[in-house]
Amino acid sequence: MSVTLLIEQLLNGVQLGTMLFLMASGLTLVFGVMGLINLAHGSFYMVGAYATAAVTASTGSFLIGLGAGMAAAAMVGALVELLVIRRLYHRPHLDQVLATFALILIFSEGTRWIFGSSPMRLSPPSWLTGFVTLPGDTRYPIYRLMLIGVGIVISIALYVLISKTRLGMRIRAGESDREMIGALGVNISKLYTVVFALGAGLAGLAGALVGALQSVQVGMGEPVLILAFVVIVIGGIGSIKGALFGALLVGVVDTLGRVYLPLFFQTFMPPSEATGVGSSLAAMLIYILMAVILAFKPKGLFAAND
Amino acid sequence: MTNTTSLSKNAAPVTDADSHFDRKGLVQMILLGLLLLLPVAAYFLGHTYYVNLASRVTIIAMAAVGLNLAIGYGGMVSFGHAAYFGLGGYVAGISAYHAFDLTPFMSWPFSVPGSDSLLVVWLAAVVLCALLALAIGAISLRTTGVYFIMITLAFAQMIYYFANSWPTYGGQDGLPIYIRNTLPLVDSTDALTYFLICFTGLVFAMALTSRLMKSRFGAALTMARLNDVRLATAGVSPYPIRLVAFVISAAITGLAGALYADLNGFVSPSMLSWHFSGELMVIVILGGVGRLYGPLAGAVLFVMMETLLGGITEYWQLFLGLVLLGVVLFAKHGVMGWLAGSERNE
Amino acid sequence: MSDAILSLQNLHKRFGALQATNDVSLDLRPGEIHALIGPNGAGKSTLIGQIAGSLRPDEGRVYLADTDITTMSIAERARLGLGRSFQVSSLAEPLSVMRNVMMGVQALQSHSFRFWKPVARDQQLLKPAYEALERMQLSHRAWTPVFELSHGERRQVEVACALALKPRALLLDEPMAGLGPEGSAKLTELLEALKLEVPILLIEHDMEAVFRLADRISVLVSGSVIAHGDSQTIKQDPRVREAYLGDSDA
Repeated sequence: MSVTLLIEQLLNGVQLGTMLFLMASGLTLVFGVMGLINLAHGSFYMVGAYATAAVTASTGSFLIGLGAGMAAAAMVGALVELLVIRRLYHRPHLDQVLATFALILIFSEGTRWIFGSSPMRLSPPSWLTGFVTLPGDTRYPIYRLMLIGVGIVISIALYVLISKTRLGMRIRAGESDREMIGALGVNISKLYTVVFALGAGLAGLAGALVGALQSVQVGMGEPVLILAFVVIVIGGIGSIKGALFGALLVGVVDTLGRVYLPLFFQTFMPPSEATGVGSSLAAMLIYILMAVILAFKPKGLFAAND
Repeated sequence: MTNTTSLSKNAAPVTDADSHFDRKGLVQMILLGLLLLLPVAAYFLGHTYYVNLASRVTIIAMAAVGLNLAIGYGGMVSFGHAAYFGLGGYVAGISAYHAFDLTPFMSWPFSVPGSDSLLVVWLAAVVLCALLALAIGAISLRTTGVYFIMITLAFAQMIYYFANSWPTYGGQDGLPIYIRNTLPLVDSTDALTYFLICFTGLVFAMALTSRLMKSRFGAALTMARLNDVRLATAGVSPYPIRLVAFVISAAITGLAGALYADLNGFVSPSMLSWHFSGELMVIVILGGVGRLYGPLAGAVLFVMMETLLGGITEYWQLFLGLVLLGVVLFAKHGVMGWLAGSERNE
Repeated sequence: MSDAILSLQNLHKRFGALQATNDVSLDLRPGEIHALIGPNGAGKSTLIGQIAGSLRPDEGRVYLADTDITTMSIAERARLGLGRSFQVSSLAEPLSVMRNVMMGVQALQSHSFRFWKPVARDQQLLKPAYEALERMQLSHRAWTPVFELSHGERRQVEVACALALKPRALLLDEPMAGLGPEGSAKLTELLEALKLEVPILLIEHDMEAVFRLADRISVLVSGSVIAHGDSQTIKQDPRVREAYLGDSDA
């Protein structure tokens, strides 16, 4: 019984991790290449979810909806980059934090204005519902397994993109020496827009996928954004490898913590107290983890050379 | 380039920074004067709603004064100041809870009862926030740049989630305060009296900041912000200076939080949320980062937008976002920069 | 040498495969200007870092008089009397010259946790700062903001800041850099006047200044000191000529 629970929760942790990775990779790329903190990243997550919900509702196809969601998020990302983000690259971090915080307000309230406060409907298509039986007699939802699959595919795709393509080469060069690649004739503006849009698209995909699992509502991106920041800080800002490692670590620790900490405390405390202490601690766990890691490695585990 | 003012090795030259009747001084006096006089007038006209609104502006301005010390004067972009605001609030709330309930907050190792005295609550809020900031700052200030921003955010989140899930004091639903804490000699339940208490707090916080920044400590803090290598080379280690500034800034914000809880008769975890940290930062920058009256100007602007715009549309935050974006991109020095001209450094 | 004010003993520092400092020993005696010269890439910055406190050597010791300062922080060393100027001026640009210099005076007097008395009228800070500026003949610019100063004036301010510490030794990193012939001549004069009260370890590229000012010269090439002696000795040393082929303007 508890082995089943363990496997199930581990998989949940990995699934959370892969979705976090989609968010974190965009964030860390933007910071690594452009040196910019973007708080509005959670808004792209939300845009992807809303676009997918709207398109799925009208076309009836989840896959088309997903594609639309990614595309919409990427386009919004590109637009935001051209209009606002462009002016922030050389500004101090405080300005970037505030400007992108302003964007959060604009996107959240704007979305609420257009779509209203109640959540939009989005469910996985029928061919993705249902369970699969894993070794150890565990039943696990197919949809969640699919999310893990998507995560793996994206990780590989990103790896190939960064290490084997020209775009990836420019990204890596941009990360190590921003001024130099300009001097070498690479079109920086275009590169930045592409990187930003890529990150936004990935966030949108994550939003759409998770939206079908949980719900699509205004502000859904905020909690994920914070977690994504924790991930990239743990992993090392600018490092995709760090983002992957950090995302899986955070996903697994958070999920297992919420399940097992209350259980652990129940072994020597009365149940009501145990749940209180256990869930409090579980909620704080990720941040404690981050603080501990930063205390020893102030720039994260896989800090890039910046 | 010559010095036109009187030059002496005995004192800094008299500049218009010293005159109280130049443009900047005038703007400052008007702001403070209006803040004091309008609620008094409203009270005697019977509009207690506006008196309480003024209290709210004053308290938020005070919280922003604290944050401004860290961000504006200290160059430390703390994204987690809500933690101190919230802690101050919870100190007030928990103290009132136990005073009402007549049970002690702690029995071991020594008994700590609740209290309904504002002075006790304020002292506790200041001390506890200072201790929390000491712990958080000691770790966070070893990092710089975006890492610092993120780690301060993370610590605040920790406390937020903790408060949210700790059931005894309301958890997610928050903690009501059934009795308003008292101050000797005055009736703290009276709206105008409470406003004057808050106003005194604000003026005190601003006077403290001003005095601090003119002192040797302030000189070192300014240098730490502008060029910390220069500071170290001059023989002063930046880390302790920053840490102390961070602690003082947290104590001010925490005291504001205690006042806020008592004003509303309610403490909620939203006082600890990162949204509130963000709003405080918005207020500081709207008013003008590193300006003494910036937080006040920003708080007035923010609450005005909230009430006026909020009365017109429930999507007022959209317009707040647009204004904020505009300020960040085009009006770097905030309201004070626009009204009072740029600050002259010495 | 026991009467040396500053003493480096067998310093080693490597970065990965690069041995930036290779068994460097040298000292600075009272009343002298000891110049450290060497071609670009010789490891001068790394060495300065280890003396000033921004880098820790892998091996070896640094002494200020009898105190072992090898592991002390930059601020501690400054308080003990090691003044330093930077190759690229590192001052607080928006502040006045006096404010920059007063910081060193402040550190010397006591800790900086004084919260009450305003600095702007504090004679105990103003007077010594002003005096340091007078030594560098810059008192007429006392209240000018640093960003309005010329390049040469900034170099003078840097030295004044170091002087405010009442230092026992001065570490000057290419103070002549970027100065025209007039500026160099002026700064050379000022430094010459200083050396009797505080010995100077002078890192420089400007050979004219070096040969005029230095009592002793050490030559650093690829992390090691390859030659040591007075101006005559160094000028005639064939190894030095070789290391500087094409660099010398003497």
